[in-house]
Amino acid sequence: MPAARGDGMRGLAVFISDIRNCKSKEAEIKRINKELANIRSKFKGDKTLDGYQKKKYVCKLLFIFLLGHDIDFGHMEAVNLLSSNKYTEKQIGYLFISVLVNTNSDLIRLIIQSIKNDLTARNPVHVNLALQCIANIGSREMAEAFSTDIPRLLVSGETIDVVKQSAALCLLRLFRIHPDIIPSGEWTNPDHSNSRIIHLLNDQHMGVVTAASSLIEALVKRSPDEYKGCVSLAVSRLSRIVTSSYTDLQDYTYYFVPAPWLSVKLLRLLQNYPPPDDPGVRGRLNECLETILNKAQEPPKSKKVQHSNAKNAVLFEAISLIIHSDSEPNLLVRACNQLGQFLTHRETNLRYLALESMCLLATSEFSHEAVKKHQETVINALKTERDVSVRQRAVDLLYAMCDRSNAEEIVQEMLNYLETADYSIREEMVLKVAILAEKYATDYSWYVDVILNLIRMAGDHVSEEVWYRVIQIVVNREDVQGYAAKTVFEALQAPACHENMVKVGGYILGEFGNLIAGDPRSAPIVQFNLLHSKYHLCSVATRALLLSTYIKFVNLFPEIKGQIQEVFKQDSNIRSSDAELQQRASEYLKLSIVASTDVLATVLEEMPPFPERESSILAILKKKKPGRTVEPIDPNKDTSQASTSSTTERHHHAEPTAHQNGQTDLLVDVLGDMYSSQSQSGAGLMNNAVGHQNNLGGGTAPVDNLSKLSWKNNGILYENDILQIGVKAEYRLNLGRMTLFYGNKSDFSLNGFNPTVAALGDLATRLTVQVKPVESTIVAGAQVQQTINIECLEDFKEYPSLVVTFLYNNTQQKLNLKLPVTINKFFEATDMNGETFFSRWKNLGGPQQETQSIFKAAHPMDSNANGAKLSGFGMQLLKGIDPNPDNFVCAAILHTRNQQIGCLLRLEPNRQAGMYRMTVRASKDTVSKQMCDLLAEHF
Amino acid sequence: MIRFILIQNRAGKTRLAKWYMNFDDAEKQKLIEEVHAVVTVRDAKHTNFVEFRNYKIVYRRYAGLYFCICVDVQDNNLNYLEAIHNFVEVLNEYFHNVCELDLVFNFYKVYTVVDEMFLAGEIRETSQTKVLKQLLMLNSLE
Repeated sequence: MPAARGDGMRGLAVFISDIRNCKSKEAEIKRINKELANIRSKFKGDKTLDGYQKKKYVCKLLFIFLLGHDIDFGHMEAVNLLSSNKYTEKQIGYLFISVLVNTNSDLIRLIIQSIKNDLTARNPVHVNLALQCIANIGSREMAEAFSTDIPRLLVSGETIDVVKQSAALCLLRLFRIHPDIIPSGEWTNPDHSNSRIIHLLNDQHMGVVTAASSLIEALVKRSPDEYKGCVSLAVSRLSRIVTSSYTDLQDYTYYFVPAPWLSVKLLRLLQNYPPPDDPGVRGRLNECLETILNKAQEPPKSKKVQHSNAKNAVLFEAISLIIHSDSEPNLLVRACNQLGQFLTHRETNLRYLALESMCLLATSEFSHEAVKKHQETVINALKTERDVSVRQRAVDLLYAMCDRSNAEEIVQEMLNYLETADYSIREEMVLKVAILAEKYATDYSWYVDVILNLIRMAGDHVSEEVWYRVIQIVVNREDVQGYAAKTVFEALQAPACHENMVKVGGYILGEFGNLIAGDPRSAPIVQFNLLHSKYHLCSVATRALLLSTYIKFVNLFPEIKGQIQEVFKQDSNIRSSDAELQQRASEYLKLSIVASTDVLATVLEEMPPFPERESSILAILKKKKPGRTVEPIDPNKDTSQASTSSTTERHHHAEPTAHQNGQTDLLVDVLGDMYSSQSQSGAGLMNNAVGHQNNLGGGTAPVDNLSKLSWKNNGILYENDILQIGVKAEYRLNLGRMTLFYGNKSDFSLNGFNPTVAALGDLATRLTVQVKPVESTIVAGAQVQQTINIECLEDFKEYPSLVVTFLYNNTQQKLNLKLPVTINKFFEATDMNGETFFSRWKNLGGPQQETQSIFKAAHPMDSNANGAKLSGFGMQLLKGIDPNPDNFVCAAILHTRNQQIGCLLRLEPNRQAGMYRMTVRASKDTVSKQMCDLLAEHF
Repeated sequence: MIRFILIQNRAGKTRLAKWYMNFDDAEKQKLIEEVHAVVTVRDAKHTNFVEFRNYKIVYRRYAGLYFCICVDVQDNNLNYLEAIHNFVEVLNEYFHNVCELDLVFNFYKVYTVVDEMFLAGEIRETSQTKVLKQLLMLNSLE
């Protein structure tokens, strides 16, 4: 092979050397600027450059770009190189374009034309370059332009192998962007290219099979039935590889392992299907899997790590397939034993991967017991592994292998580990421990101990859901209430205890403090003083909770009423600057003074049991680690463990403190003010109760308020008989935060509740939306909220989509909605005087910058309402500037990440004609157009 | 699927960046820095895999160079670990004992090697013989 060094472009090598010799950043920039000036003059000069020179300069520009400098010329020259007949020139042209040209460039038409020429060229090298370029930068436009050329190249008998490989992956790229490029539904025709595509699995050339199997897997994921013919083809291909000796597949044998990468791809492809129905195919597949497992036991053919890695890559993929099929107990147990050997292997990689795979095995009923045999080893890994990611996998596996028989031990080990665990994984550990303790508790005093230990050791990482949950369980289980009261009382004795402990302690003593009040060591006044000693160190939310505890004490222990009233009366409470504390203190004080014992006893009665539902903690864990969380299995699962309640009435999904108030009806529904003038008294901590569906009446047509919300930030986005979706949003400059409130209006739980928010297509480059997940179940009458962070990168037209899917009464429901995010949300109202306004107006006089629209009034021509809409739209109303007082002029700045765009507007009503003329000028033409479109319908 | 391939030296200088997703330039820079920060703190006793955002990085160090492939969480780690090695062996053969400077001076050829072995975020060709034969043929062209 000729040396790759030394040939090529001398000028380029000299330039690169120069750059490398620069002693400082400044020197480098100077050298680059000199070169840029040189290249620019060459490109501009009269003398026509020959191909070599053009190639050299384009390559230099590329190098400069890769160093991190902006390049704003040379694109045309690069495109010119595409039409060269010389490979080296063409290659540099394509490379420059792949690295530097974005797909909405003006040059894209020219590029597409050049690619088209190369695709139909006779020289396969040119065809290949063109295909690789599409595979690198393929866009929707390209998918449309080449929708016939590429499939043709892929299945044509005349195409050479190298080109076929590129064509397969090129098609894959375009398919990902534009699935219609491979139409589905024509599979009945055996000549159709779809069927020919799967037959590429039979191709003589292993490279073609390797490339094609990635394409086929993508197709299979879209329509498994259509391509199910690939199963038997993949099995027979796999079988030929696995049973071959390493000398058979010379070119494709890697360190004595025959075609490891292709084997992995085929095994992955098969994981898209259940085990084959055809007994012959199934038998053959099982033989392959057995052979792979057998080979793992054979002595290695090489000591090189490459050999064992390649062999094990195939082995792990085979095990994944075995677990996926979950139908061959014999294979599952063998897989488990194999992984068990890896658990103590000297290679960290293998230990890590074995823990990871075993996690999946633990979820199969056939292998769960086999996995449990390795418990010791896994616990040991937790204690000794140096790499935190390995310890993390050990935690995952312990969680997955946990069942009733080993729960106490595993939970204890996880608690031990928690004390020294890395901060990065503590929160997840806490969730896992909390879930296991709840799930496998046979004795609820053990459960209470575990949770209190969690709070003690990792209080900061105990999320609200965890302590809500322990309270729900204690409230629902009479047998544990006395123990819980005693234990929290003891825990609170610690001089420094975590605020979450105070919350749990406050709540539990408020409910069940009477159960331990008989013991003089925990007499009412002792309980009260203990809690109150923590009061001043706590946050407002916790203090509010404690005030509720105190009023509960007034009912439970009338003998300490005096001391409690004193606390309510303290200035720091009754005159607290915090509205919540002040209100609670004064209301509770009055209640304690005027209410009779009967009234007190009724109002402050023990909380009713909480509705039984899936642990919200589990839902959180699932969201934290989508795709990585496995739920532990439990053959003797007993679902009635957490609740003594069988109530099916509507439940308010409020957090416990809200219930504790005994005044849920006062809690403010965030949406309430839109429907009733009810005052916002008694604001709860979280504002998450649902109140006012009754006002809305039932059985009405769905409401979709998308367009109204363009000039309002809060309101109902959508409503039908089942679901109400409310929006609250705040925007600042180019950033926004939106909260969606999903209220279940029905009498059934909504399960599998999954709202998906996305900025699709082109919008994705203009707007980012980040969504916090929500719980997957909304019980009847409850409401959940979801926060969305939005950033405007560039001005945009489309709305982000909101797709809500859920099961209602076992029927799948799907709502396709849009989020009310429009460019004006990123407006900043800008005040200015008449002079400034007119000078800016004039500056924006270009024909592109102005959009005018004349339209009929759709609403009564009310000047006040119009003013309100314009300012709701985010613009500053500029009064007294327009000589005609009936006209409106407004100004605003649109903030995007990269740019600020000034926008001016003039709205002229013509009352006689019932028409408006709206003129918008903006420093960017798309913005003025979009504003006109958005606004016109509202007047 | 491969999301990107990075070759960086210990100082964090990028010797190759190949992107299979559309990131903007600022995001690319951020990814480059994050990968460097994540990978360089690990030692030989650690695994060759790191969780990274919603993906994972499979990487291997050769002298002063880190070869990193960012793939989906469900992807086969060892498969990509050996894909790196296979790639390195091809580079080594192609450049006759490859060193960092070869990648600097011949950056435009490295892209060709990558495109022969990986395309559209997938493994395209794994046979070293076939890849080298193709590269040899291309090298002989004007």
